[in-house]
Amino acid sequence: MKIKILGTGCRKCNKLEENTKRAVAELGVDASIEKVEDIKKIVEYGVMSTPALVVDEEVKFSGRVPKVEEIKKHL
Amino acid sequence: MGIFNWLNDQLLKMKWLWDLVELLVEKVFGLSIESKVGGSVHFFIYDTIKIFILLSVLIYIISYIQSYFPPERTKKIIGRFKGIKGNILGALLGTITPFCSCSSIPIFIGFTSAGLPLGSTFSFLISSPMVDLASLMLLMSFFGAKIAISYVVVGVVLAVIGGSLIDKLHMEEYVEDYVWGVEDVNNESGEMTRKDRVYFARSQVRDIVGRVWPYILIGVGIGAAIHNWIPQTIIEKVLGQNNPFSVLIATIIGIPIYADIFGTIPIAEALVAKGVGIGTVLSFMMGVTTLSLPSMIMLSKVIKPKLLATFITIVTIGIIIIGYLFNALSFIFI
Repeated sequence: MKIKILGTGCRKCNKLEENTKRAVAELGVDASIEKVEDIKKIVEYGVMSTPALVVDEEVKFSGRVPKVEEIKKHL
Repeated sequence: MGIFNWLNDQLLKMKWLWDLVELLVEKVFGLSIESKVGGSVHFFIYDTIKIFILLSVLIYIISYIQSYFPPERTKKIIGRFKGIKGNILGALLGTITPFCSCSSIPIFIGFTSAGLPLGSTFSFLISSPMVDLASLMLLMSFFGAKIAISYVVVGVVLAVIGGSLIDKLHMEEYVEDYVWGVEDVNNESGEMTRKDRVYFARSQVRDIVGRVWPYILIGVGIGAAIHNWIPQTIIEKVLGQNNPFSVLIATIIGIPIYADIFGTIPIAEALVAKGVGIGTVLSFMMGVTTLSLPSMIMLSKVIKPKLLATFITIVTIGIIIIGYLFNALSFIFI
């Protein structure tokens, strides 16, 4: 599974990365996590509020940092 | 009417808190609130607590509502309308779409690449930081319903007119070229449950309070200083009704400053108490919230200097006109 965290490096983006890593660890799935900080690339996902979570090139949510439990549902 | 007034006094104006802080300052600190020091201490404690209570409650309510209007959805709604209707919708949705200057670039690129007219986008960009439910409630608490509602109405009108003007000037060529090359993708993923929204609203409160508290303390500090230490005559000379340039000065001071309405309101409150015209104070607030150096630097990454200058000029002139208008009509509000 390929996970991307979209965000321009704000505090919330780091928080989302942290929560996602925990979700991945708790589920024990095989996943790579990549951060996308280039604003053009972010907008090309149709995302206008950061941070956002992309799993296998599909945007799962944007503009918020959900709990680990909710992130698990998207993986 | 009696109950409404009581609710307004106690819930929005928080008279109970005023009395409580008065008790604290007079009985515990032994300072008269008529004295300079006592008055400043009272102003500082009362305003700080009041603003933090209002901030937390309002951000919670607003974030909950905003969770229904992410910018991705706003873009789709505005895209259905052309011309002045697009401007009006952009301005109105600007009041309920979550916004911070950090998101102005992705929103600008997203709107533009979706083929939205520049005017609609600018209507949104003007109203979004200037007017929202928080500013409405906050102004009601500090200045009453008439001024609060007028602020919102003229704010939306300015956004509509400003956007329409930019539309008429046809400045599309002054948008940075790469913006046009971005592919338009529609994305409205992830329906939220009620629980998700509650969690989102709560984390917004934590996040925003954590981010803006220094600005609020600075604002209240300046307010307390104006309230008790700067002589009335000086303030009246610079910003008073008799100085024809008062609105101009207030706007120009306000523009480069970066703060939100919560940090600005204690300064506005103190200025009004010192006899500064309501229009002058509103101009100051609009200048602070709508235009700021950080947001101009952000925007300069997506639009060329000529369009940026046009945008700043239109908004500044609009704010100044609003200020003089409110001052001239202030007999209605006081």
